[in-house]
Amino acid sequence: MAHRFESVQQVRDGLRDVNYLADDGISGVAFLADRLGKPILVEGPAGTGKTQLAKSIADMTGARLIRLQCYEGLDESKALYEWNYKKQLLRIQADRGSDSWSDIHDDIFGSDFLLTRPLLEAITADDPVVLLIDEVDRVEVETEALLLEILSEYQVSIPELGTITAKQIPLVFLTSNNTRELSEALKRRCLYLHVDYPDMEREKQIVLTKVPEVSENLADQIARIVRSIRQIDLKKAPSVSETIDWARTLVLLGIEHIDAQQAKDTLHILLKYQSDIAKAAKELSVDK
Amino acid sequence: MLDLLAGFVNELRNAGLPVSLTENLDAMEALQHIPIEDREAFKYALGATMVKNNAHWRAFETVFEVYFSLRGPEYKIAEGETDLDAMWREMQEQMRQEGDSRGNQGGSLDSLTPEEIAQMLMSALMNGDQAMMRALAKQSVQRFAGMEPGRPVGGTYYLYRTLRNLDLDGMLEKLMEASRQQVGGELTALEERLEQDEYSDRIDQFKKEIEAEIRRRLVADRGAEAMAKTLRKPLPEDVEFMHASRDEMQSLKKALQPLTRKLAARLARKRKHGRKGPLDFRNTVRHSLSYGGVPAEPKFKYPRPAKPELMVVADISGSVAAFARFTLMLVYAIQGQFSKVRSFVFIDGIDEVTDYFKGEEDIAKAIHRVNTEADVVWVDGHSDYGHAFEVFWERYGKDIGPKTTVLLLGDARNNYHASQAWVIKEIKSKARRVYWLNPEPKSYWNTGDSIVGDYGTHTDGVYECRNLRQLEGFVEKLA
Repeated sequence: MAHRFESVQQVRDGLRDVNYLADDGISGVAFLADRLGKPILVEGPAGTGKTQLAKSIADMTGARLIRLQCYEGLDESKALYEWNYKKQLLRIQADRGSDSWSDIHDDIFGSDFLLTRPLLEAITADDPVVLLIDEVDRVEVETEALLLEILSEYQVSIPELGTITAKQIPLVFLTSNNTRELSEALKRRCLYLHVDYPDMEREKQIVLTKVPEVSENLADQIARIVRSIRQIDLKKAPSVSETIDWARTLVLLGIEHIDAQQAKDTLHILLKYQSDIAKAAKELSVDK
Repeated sequence: MLDLLAGFVNELRNAGLPVSLTENLDAMEALQHIPIEDREAFKYALGATMVKNNAHWRAFETVFEVYFSLRGPEYKIAEGETDLDAMWREMQEQMRQEGDSRGNQGGSLDSLTPEEIAQMLMSALMNGDQAMMRALAKQSVQRFAGMEPGRPVGGTYYLYRTLRNLDLDGMLEKLMEASRQQVGGELTALEERLEQDEYSDRIDQFKKEIEAEIRRRLVADRGAEAMAKTLRKPLPEDVEFMHASRDEMQSLKKALQPLTRKLAARLARKRKHGRKGPLDFRNTVRHSLSYGGVPAEPKFKYPRPAKPELMVVADISGSVAAFARFTLMLVYAIQGQFSKVRSFVFIDGIDEVTDYFKGEEDIAKAIHRVNTEADVVWVDGHSDYGHAFEVFWERYGKDIGPKTTVLLLGDARNNYHASQAWVIKEIKSKARRVYWLNPEPKSYWNTGDSIVGDYGTHTDGVYECRNLRQLEGFVEKLA
């Protein structure tokens, strides 16, 4: 099978072309995932671009993105496949009496009556796809088992039809906000990637790419202030997406040079807890 | 190469990281796709396949540094490296242009005085010149650490010696001063803070360079395996409360927050799911209406266990203070899982601190208030469990009811005072459960002035609680 990527550098450049600034770790792991044919488990704080990574990879390779949003109570009829019960009923009623039992039986469990859900769809697709299983930590431990077959063998077993094997191996991303420990079995099948808050230089570049109106000078100040805020012991540190929102706000307000007062007035865009805002405001204006 | 990797994996396992056989095989396969000379890619290939928990990443990095530090051209140990000399000449050239008097001195880095090194370091930090910082780190380790082959001292000793000579704290002050001058006058508070963050970040970076340099030299001297053993640090969840260093405390604090979140989610789920009760007849009949009176869908009663009421009584004297702090933090972080939490702290006097946590969103702040404001000293400020328990029984004993679980925290080192163990017996007879958590290793119990056995006989269980892992296990059982 042809590989999608030639080198780590190519992944990196490609991602930059679609406005996603990857670091060594991200591009390296994406490259490996393609070569080894393994899914990537992406963990990290909220708002650091985990989901965006999958979208950008899809964008970059020109693949279709198939997304499965996980939630408590997700089951196989929502994730894998379901028999189209109503259509089956219609089929039986349509020619009542004419067909023999075995004909109908074979017929109504054919692929015409199968409703594909995201996982099966990703496997049966002819065109290149990227499968994103979002927030996998939200499903129960038992439901995780449902993913195991598809993640390691890229196949789905349907009792009535047999085993459906993937026509091509899709790139699979699983994201997790780490609200619970995922099972060993799932982790073992994946490559692990932890996406943390970017360092200052990268954050500045991200702001510059995502908010083109911002000046270099302002982006630098933004990145520095955000880094400073992240060092304070907060309930929820500002995420990258919040940094970008903040940059947009500052541009809209026409601020070119941030002083303490302006920073304080716009803090509520970066921080979402009142106690955090108070704390940060105090820290930023402290005289040493 | 294979041998080296086998040793590497072995060391990871020794450090406590669970690396399975398949993960090992994956790593081998991954390496075939990675250009071996690309060190970063090499590292991430190993990391992505073998480390599946972010808390373990630091341990992985340390082991990686030890095993693969000597490979790669920029990490030569030999003295008088060419790139360094070239850089030095360039620097001289610059200085000459600026009319600096020192510029006309010849020679290489080795012939500099310590003052000049400090000067160079300052300008490197000022401009954020990475290459220069690395070169200076090497130079200062070579000069100040006084490393001798085969000397049986740890890397921290060398680190201390090097840093003492460099006076980095003073450096921060000087840097701030310099940047103030650059602007010409005073900085605003915000700017001041940003500058300071920037410089301390760079200084941290420099410290890391020095550490790495010392490690490289030690590995060259002693070999990777011996080195890995001395550098082996416990994972955050295994760090002992009683012996944690300041850095470890920081990482413990960081580890605590996601842990409480996970614990709360798990407890809530446990409460909601699982246990199926007997058939709920009314509910089944009601639902049968939608099937035309056929009870097609049986409904069950789910038992809803009452949330326990919790009383935490913690010793906050010297050695066990850290443990009490972490337990209180953990308990308050998941207080939604209990119907009521009351907390008391004592040394030889006892005080209720429940109010400090009320209306205070920030648990860390509340804990700080507990440590500074609570009235816990009765006579001399040495632990007296007996007296503290007696007063507890007098004042709050009437509040203990059949729903209350009492948690006693401490090492039971009573300084040979009277134990007053009868109080625990009385509490036990009124409360639902009484547990004792001891942060000392089990083998130390009942030695010296520890009388945990005296108290323990009257409780429902004494648990060893030396690290986060054990604490988490206990709290999960409790709720």
